[in-house]
Amino acid sequence: MWEYTNKVQQHFLHPKNVGEIEKPDGIGEVGSLACGDALKLTFKLDDKGVIADAKFKTFGCASAIASSSVLTEMIIGMTLEEAAKVTNEDIADRLGGLPKEKMHCSVMGREALESAIANYRGLKLPMAEGEIVCECFGVTDLEIIRAIKESNLRSVEEITNFTKAGGGCGKCIDRLREILMATVHQGVDIKKIAEKPKRMTTLQKIKKIEEALEREIRPGLRKDGGDIELVDVDGDFVMVSLRGSCTSCAKSQTTLKEYVEKKLRELVLDSLIVEESK
Amino acid sequence: MMNPEEAVYMDNNATTRVAPEVLEAMMPYLRDYYGNPSSMHRFGGQVGAAIAEAREKVANLLGADPEEIVFTSCGTESDSTAIFSALQSFPDKRHIVTTRVEHPAVKNLCESLDTLTGHKHRLSRLMVDSDGTLDLQKYEEALADDTAIVSIMWANNETGVIFPIAEMARMARERGILFHTDAVQAVGKVPINLKELDVDFLSLSGHKLHGPKGIGVLYVRRGTPFVPFLVGGHQERGRRGGTENVASIVGLGCACDLAATHMAEENSRVKALRDKLEQGLLAAIPHSMLNGHKTDRLPNTSNISFEYVEGEAILLHMDQYNICASSGSACTSGSLEPSHVLRAMGVPFTAAHGSIRYSLSIYNTEAEIDFVLEKMPPIIAGLRQMSPFWKVDA
Ligand SMILES: Cc1ncc(COP(=O)(O)O)c(C=O)c1O
Ligand code: FES
Repeated sequence: MWEYTNKVQQHFLHPKNVGEIEKPDGIGEVGSLACGDALKLTFKLDDKGVIADAKFKTFGCASAIASSSVLTEMIIGMTLEEAAKVTNEDIADRLGGLPKEKMHCSVMGREALESAIANYRGLKLPMAEGEIVCECFGVTDLEIIRAIKESNLRSVEEITNFTKAGGGCGKCIDRLREILMATVHQGVDIKKIAEKPKRMTTLQKIKKIEEALEREIRPGLRKDGGDIELVDVDGDFVMVSLRGSCTSCAKSQTTLKEYVEKKLRELVLDSLIVEESK
Repeated sequence: MMNPEEAVYMDNNATTRVAPEVLEAMMPYLRDYYGNPSSMHRFGGQVGAAIAEAREKVANLLGADPEEIVFTSCGTESDSTAIFSALQSFPDKRHIVTTRVEHPAVKNLCESLDTLTGHKHRLSRLMVDSDGTLDLQKYEEALADDTAIVSIMWANNETGVIFPIAEMARMARERGILFHTDAVQAVGKVPINLKELDVDFLSLSGHKLHGPKGIGVLYVRRGTPFVPFLVGGHQERGRRGGTENVASIVGLGCACDLAATHMAEENSRVKALRDKLEQGLLAAIPHSMLNGHKTDRLPNTSNISFEYVEGEAILLHMDQYNICASSGSACTSGSLEPSHVLRAMGVPFTAAHGSIRYSLSIYNTEAEIDFVLEKMPPIIAGLRQMSPFWKVDA
């Protein structure tokens, strides 16, 4: 059974603002029956441009219904500018948190809101224009990149929890890992990541990685006068620093990917991504 | 904690209530007779007699000999033991015939064999029809010279659909192929007489027939090549190491005795309750449908899809009335896709996400059926009213 907060249960059992506004100013529709959840959000503005009323219709589990209900409650009384700033984390926070596997329900709320605002403004949603990466759940690269950036995602598993991408046939997982790498590379504040409290699973990872480095990897590098240090582990990202002759070796990048990453994937976890910390 | 007296329990394919008689039979072995049956003193040794008696009771229910009964820790261990044993007995055979609708205990094991053993295996995973039944001709075609074992469940845990085990086992035997059946859901509900069957291995689990959790049995036909899964002491005549779970073994023996007594009731009174529930729901709730064959099915199971609503939401509303059942929806499986069984049957997503499995037992009453029949229609109607896909019928 899922651990739902009282707030989630309340909104699920007694949802607010169920229905559809007639002649709405904005309509947002996301999800599909095949995906297992879908949300249709409608709102009406008053003459000052404030959201006077909002209603939802949701197909989905308890957390999908609760996220929709709390979202309508949050945005009524907001200006469109304020509403446009609501994030999925805000929705989850208002519910007292969601189980991590259910975060995609809050993302669905945010997407419906965005799509309703875009509909009002007569704009096309940028997200929908991306290229579909996960066919099972119809998730585009733009949506994935955004989730990675906004929620500071650090593993393919987290991407699945937030966007559902990768949760079906698994065919898109390699592509997800590529997008994760590429996105994290562009301007993510490494220091901020390092300050994030380490969860137990990360601790276990570190221990295993250290073991693998010591037993399997260092001996090989030392033979050639090189060495390697583990600098940090964050989600699937393993930051290492090459030492000794490795630093000046032209082939150090190849060593990192072809040797260190391959070994660590083999010995510790399939999804690890090894990077050089500079 | 929810008061057990208040539970309207219709989730017996997940697990069952321990029969009061079973609990009573177990208590002395938890409280007083704690000796080890392998000991040389009488205090321990006398416990061995209780195990022998339980073994006989299990054998009686299955139409087997007591020596063919190996006690294990659960249904999952029995399944693993049978499959690994066959693969080790025939190292040059790396083909397995199974189905797409097996319980994870068989399905996930078969899919992980390559990584677990370091050898490549070939799997024939038979498709099922839209009513969950198998095509015997396809089955026959799948049997090959390098087939080490067939592993096919007797009855499906999600839909209750029963497979023609007698025929399939015969076809395997004719080709000299070992046949395993996961009968965890079938034992106690359908008559089984292993003397008349060509089954080599059969798995059962205590907690599905009003016995305790954490006890299982693997039937191993006399003369079948066998390699133990748990290697250790000489318990179970060297076929399964580990000090016996005495109280649970005694409890399982008692549960098998009871199952034999109650089998007729399962197939008459319980079946009638199930039919009343099923027909009542299908009649009262539009856009609902039965998943699984109408008649080739366990007498206690009914899997019904309510279109345009999602299973977890239904279950949590039922929970408000203390009604306990299961769903094949994605959200309840902990994955993002609905049940592999319903997908193999080709149940459309619109219906798979809204599937509810009701599974009854002899402890259910007619009053409970009436209660569920009263509560379900407004639950589904309420959720549909909230669903963007639900269009009120014109
Ligand atoms: C068909 C089937 N096989 C195997 C099992 C696993 O049994 P156990 O829980 O005793 O390991 C179950 C129980 O869920 C089942 O329904
Ligand atoms: S394509 Fe992404 S899970 Fe199937």
